[in-house]
Amino acid sequence: MSVETPMKYDEALARFEPVLGIETHIELGTVSKMFCGCKTVFGAEPNTQVCPVCLGLPGSLPVTNRAAIEGIIKIGLALNCDIVEWCRFARKNYFYPDMPKNYQISQYDEPLCVDGHLDVEVDGETYRIEIERVHMEEDTGKSLHVGGETGRIHGADYSLVDYNRAGIPLVEIVTKPITATGEKAPLVARAYASELRDLVRSLGVSDVKMEQGSMRCDVNVSLMPRGADEWGTRTETKNVNSLRSVERSVRSEIERQAGVLAAGGRITQETRHFQESTGTTTSGRSKEEAQDYRYFPEPDLIPMAPAREWVEELRATLPELPAARRRRVQGEWGLTDLELRDVVNAGALDLIEDTIKAGADAGSARKWWMNELSRRATEQAVELADLPITPEQVARVQAMVDAKELNDKLARKVFEGVLAGEGGPDEVVAARGLKVVSDEGALESIIDQVIAGNADAADKVRSGKVAAVGALVGAVMKASRGQADAARARELLLKKLDQA
Amino acid sequence: MSAITRAEVAHLARLSRLALGEDELDHLAAQLDQIISAVARVQEVAAEDIPPTSHALPLTNVYRADENRPSLAPEQALAAAPAAEQQRFRVPRILDEEA
Amino acid sequence: MSELIGKGAAELGELIASGETSAEEVAAAHLDRIHAVDAEVHAFLHVDREGVLAQARSVDERRAAGEELGPLAGVPVAHKDVFTTKDMPTTAGSKILEGWRPPYDATVTARLRAAGMVILGKTNMDEFAMGSSTENSAFGPSRNPWDLTRIPGGSSGGSSAAVAAYEAPLGTGTDTGGSIRQPAAVTGLVGMKPTYGGASRYGMIAFASSLDTPGPFARNVLDAALMQAAFSGHDPMDSTSIDAPVPPVVEAARRADVNGLRVGVVKEFAGEGYQPGVLNRFNETVELLESLGAKVVEVSCPHFTYAMPAYYLIAPSECSSNLARFDAMRFGLRVGDDGERSAEEVMALTRAEGFGPEVKRRIMLGTYALSSGYYDAYYGKSQQVRTLIMRDFEAAFEQVDVLISPTTPTTAFPIGERADDPMAMYLADLCTIPANLSGNPAISVPCGLADEDGLPVGVQIMAPVLADDRVYRVGAALEKALEDRWGGPLLAKAPKLEAGE
Repeated sequence: MSVETPMKYDEALARFEPVLGIETHIELGTVSKMFCGCKTVFGAEPNTQVCPVCLGLPGSLPVTNRAAIEGIIKIGLALNCDIVEWCRFARKNYFYPDMPKNYQISQYDEPLCVDGHLDVEVDGETYRIEIERVHMEEDTGKSLHVGGETGRIHGADYSLVDYNRAGIPLVEIVTKPITATGEKAPLVARAYASELRDLVRSLGVSDVKMEQGSMRCDVNVSLMPRGADEWGTRTETKNVNSLRSVERSVRSEIERQAGVLAAGGRITQETRHFQESTGTTTSGRSKEEAQDYRYFPEPDLIPMAPAREWVEELRATLPELPAARRRRVQGEWGLTDLELRDVVNAGALDLIEDTIKAGADAGSARKWWMNELSRRATEQAVELADLPITPEQVARVQAMVDAKELNDKLARKVFEGVLAGEGGPDEVVAARGLKVVSDEGALESIIDQVIAGNADAADKVRSGKVAAVGALVGAVMKASRGQADAARARELLLKKLDQA
Repeated sequence: MSAITRAEVAHLARLSRLALGEDELDHLAAQLDQIISAVARVQEVAAEDIPPTSHALPLTNVYRADENRPSLAPEQALAAAPAAEQQRFRVPRILDEEA
Repeated sequence: MSELIGKGAAELGELIASGETSAEEVAAAHLDRIHAVDAEVHAFLHVDREGVLAQARSVDERRAAGEELGPLAGVPVAHKDVFTTKDMPTTAGSKILEGWRPPYDATVTARLRAAGMVILGKTNMDEFAMGSSTENSAFGPSRNPWDLTRIPGGSSGGSSAAVAAYEAPLGTGTDTGGSIRQPAAVTGLVGMKPTYGGASRYGMIAFASSLDTPGPFARNVLDAALMQAAFSGHDPMDSTSIDAPVPPVVEAARRADVNGLRVGVVKEFAGEGYQPGVLNRFNETVELLESLGAKVVEVSCPHFTYAMPAYYLIAPSECSSNLARFDAMRFGLRVGDDGERSAEEVMALTRAEGFGPEVKRRIMLGTYALSSGYYDAYYGKSQQVRTLIMRDFEAAFEQVDVLISPTTPTTAFPIGERADDPMAMYLADLCTIPANLSGNPAISVPCGLADEDGLPVGVQIMAPVLADDRVYRVGAALEKALEDRWGGPLLAKAPKLEAGE
């Protein structure tokens, strides 16, 4: 292999125009597999979710899961595709140990959904990503490579295969070539993957967790010299498994290819692998050793002819899609573009909306989720949605704040208690005794004690240095163990020290 | 002229994962040539406008409900495995990622 | 030789039901017969005497407990080794599967059991059902009880040999290009290929998925109908299974008349390549049908002559993919795993050693036909031929109710005669293939012995899709008339087998 010196990104973009293509595989969250009744639970003990069908045992036959077909049709509709009136499954023939039948049931020249698009936004600009096709197929098993130094496939002594994943329904979404994105190419690729993930998640047909492999992207990149009109040879970077990696892999592949081309080399059409550690891609199998998948119509399955009524029924069940929802929410909550993006990126949209539905105002709901609760999620390294607190509970805390039964500081203590598993907000307030002290008499006696015990500070206030009252308020709060209403304490202090 | 070359036969053997010896390849090349020449008759039928038939049945849309059925116990699944380890099928080393 | 083994399935069922005999006695009689003659016939690959007797006793117990059982309860059956069986090995006649014990029963297996039938054992077959003689079995050929130097047909030749040798009253088979009808014809039996989709393929080791059809062997038409009725019907495990009532085959077999029926003789299936004795018996059969009141006309099906080349593209194409799973990774034979060789090499070594020559030939042919660059010229064209053949059938059935032809161009040929001449071997299926390509039901019933060699000849009766009852009706009428003429079943003319040691 020749030594490759990548070109600096800006220079690469000055000389070449990138063309992208993205193939995304999404595992549907059906209860049973694509063609058999086995469970699809992630992380189950090896080979506990297998049967003659998904093990490809002699004599077994596939039967199509209706829910998977509904899932792909929903995805197709959400991507503005046409749902074809008639199509078939096809067998893609190649030998590989993690593929039980040594063919994959897939679709070839008759995909179920065709000709769609998805709009994505990068830095305020909208890019329309054209969708070539969306088709249905089945996933493969998983291999564990044993021996060798790295645990990777190269140099392994042997492999151990678990077929639990084999036969899980997989939807493949293929874009048309994505052109004219220039230097934004990596960001557009990332935005597409992100938008697609949100879209599919909103449909409720997959959990689209890239880190668990239920969404995987293959990214095709080619370069053409500026001013040319013929596309270059492309490479395909397989199984990129985070949004960040999608962006980085495109960027590094642009730099690498530009380096090769500038040095007078030529790009090999090949599969590449993205290395998280270095942020670069490495060469996999060369496609020059021509693969011949010998596709032909799957004789064990019957053609699909989705009735138009069925398709319309499914269309009617589509929820509000992410783009429309974001527009609505931005208006209703009065957010700037930046604020909206933060909310979306934090995965807080549903949570805030549900909190508002439970009675909180938009500003407070967003404040709690984006500040206090986001901070705690980060501390605990969990997703915001995975915190053990519900939008209803957040709304209840805010209701107590609105009723002046809690102040913000106490509210944070209530959240702490709820997250620690001490019960709901009311239980935590009762158990921890976290009510604002609203008894004026009790407050006044605390204030008197504080003035007596902090004569210097009290004198300063009396002499007109009003700022010094802060220390006294702090002392009151401390003495009341935080339960005093700080604003009221300040008022009373100033009054007693003749400054009101 | 032969319908299929010896090199093509060797390529087919690789595609089919059949480690055939030289003698076997020679023998097969001659037989395949004979068979292919005979079956090429299908091309005589003028069939520009004839739709292909992949399924003799006039059925469409056969689906099952998304419900679980019992899986095999792992011991059953692995019972016929030539080799197994850690409740997984043990297979010889794999040369490359997905083909 | 116990007189029980000479009886047909329906009769045995009645004797068992009435308590005159038991399932266990019937099973034991057949096991004894297998013990006596199978060393010569070699119909079976696996027989477990104790297991068989246990199955039979359990049927007797079910009946004693008052359970309502069907007409075939307690009747033994020889089961082709292509159907998976939980309690017996399943090899499909291949070394690559030697000793494999499936963890599940095929739907046909399960339905035979549910009907109370006793599975005597697994019968020999051409490897993966590819062949017309059982010579392609990895475990040696079966022999024709009429002449032990000749083939019993194939691929389901173990079942035909078993039923013709009175080792079982019934046998199962699978028919992809004629693998039930041709062995039935050359052994003097009734063999039926039902409408494609009429019976489940689940658990039937696939050769060519769009063609494979399970069906019965019997010594008379009614018995075949009874067994077809027992294992047919919709199966949710097979997407290509038809969700419709089973045609009334048993009633049709009992009705047995052809009066007023329009019978079409397929013009294309006669002439060169047909043994004169076969044509003579066939022509007499046509005359007999006329004398029974049928209206006979000649019908042309011009594309039937393209059926064989289309079949030898479609079936190998599907098989090249279906047999890819035999790769030494999850089950079956593994060769050459020395810790150094890669999975890819071990797969190729195992497949080269585990598959026989005909299987390799067809895998290679199918791989070729599906390759990029050849697909349109071969696989694509053959799919169009398939359409043309279906149209021929449709046009013919506008004129007639059934079509008839000889089942196979010749009588049983000597073992070894065509073993390394694939094209000659393929001719055995010339007349049977069209019904596989179109999915139509077709039966073979015995119609006499050829003058030249005194060996059985079969007549094939084909009907429209899902009109399986019609072929039974015609077959039963012919059977009745012919047996009147012969003074008994054709099989009674077969030489008696000497019991081996």
